[in-house]
Amino acid sequence: MEKNLEDIFQDKIDREIRIEPKDWMPEKYRQTLIRQISQHAHSEIVGMLPEGNWITRAPSLRRKSILLAKVQDEAGHGLYLYSAAETLGITRDEMYEQLHSGRAKYSSIFNYPTLSWADMGAIGWLVDGAAIMNQVPLCRASFGPYARAMVRVCKEESFHQRQGFEILLTLSRGNEAQKNMAQDALNRWWWPSIMMFGPTDDESPNTIQSMRWKIKRFTNDELRQKFVDICADQVKILGLTLPDKDLTWNETRGHYDFGPINWDEFWQVVSGNGPCNRDRLNARKKAWEDGAWVREAASAYAEKKKSEQKVA
Amino acid sequence: MNKEWPLWEIFIRSRQGLDHKHVGSLHAADAQMAIENARDVYTRRMEGVSIWVVESKHIHASNPTEAGELYDPANDKAYRHPTFYDLPDEVKHM
Ligand SMILES: [Fe+2]
Ligand SMILES: [Fe+2]
Ligand SMILES: [Fe+2]
Repeated sequence: MEKNLEDIFQDKIDREIRIEPKDWMPEKYRQTLIRQISQHAHSEIVGMLPEGNWITRAPSLRRKSILLAKVQDEAGHGLYLYSAAETLGITRDEMYEQLHSGRAKYSSIFNYPTLSWADMGAIGWLVDGAAIMNQVPLCRASFGPYARAMVRVCKEESFHQRQGFEILLTLSRGNEAQKNMAQDALNRWWWPSIMMFGPTDDESPNTIQSMRWKIKRFTNDELRQKFVDICADQVKILGLTLPDKDLTWNETRGHYDFGPINWDEFWQVVSGNGPCNRDRLNARKKAWEDGAWVREAASAYAEKKKSEQKVA
Repeated sequence: MNKEWPLWEIFIRSRQGLDHKHVGSLHAADAQMAIENARDVYTRRMEGVSIWVVESKHIHASNPTEAGELYDPANDKAYRHPTFYDLPDEVKHM
């Protein structure tokens, strides 16, 4: 019986029929999705912190409005994704608890500090750029609520990347100090950005199953290569460079070759020892705890209104 | 202390004259807050002119495992579709 259900399930996936929350699904599929979607949601929420750091110091009202709108979008992305995960049977509070206790991961890119205004440019161009590269194929993910959330997210992401590129372009055409600031930002953000695609294919044992379930459409290395190829060309328009002396066009492969990634650093940051891991988590926990009275007050108010209605 | 705000399903009319369409869900303490949150979460780019919110617990759904029996009555009634009828080409405007 169980076997039969699994076959029907896989057959639907093979035929590109979306799985909806009430449909039968293997427990492993459910758990994998809960982990993947909630980690993605956490990344959107924690991802507001590095950029939030610069809202009050944006160099103009135009830039400030844009950055505010972008950060607000990221909050929205987190909410779309949390709701999608909830359809799989986990509660919002459980997911928050997993984040706050450190059991759940989020993208390690957000554990790097934002030291200058140019970092807002580098994050938009590279970090949102890498996120888009990851997310576009997820618009076709086999789980309906996830795919629909990703469609909404992707529509909104494209302005994020463009505003970042525009910041860098403006700086790169400015004075020497501004140009240097932009280059410095690229030097710090480039490698962590290409780490965002995750470990190399031979180090990601779950990829095969995820691709069979169509909750992943390309391997980490495929997406990373695509991203490197695009950025290697775009950086020329900025008149800046990517900090990789091995970055060269390979005629036979039809791709850019690039230098070795420092995976030690990656695993250090993932396991909690990045420059800002502690700050980020503390900021989230503080926001949650400081908001407790608001949540309680709103519940109490709703209760009171309900009972008043009954009396009237 | 664990008291989550209830979950609400959000429906948005994107343009006057169109149906409200389900767009997702969110948590809110009451209906008013659900509408305000829905505005912030789902209409940041003028995606809507009207919002409906329904507490999720009030939604009753058909069971996907019974889809076969449930829709069976419509299965063999092709004559409900206009293409079922073979008419000569000379017949215009029908
Ligand atoms: Fe986002
Ligand atoms: Fe994202
Ligand atoms: Fe973004």
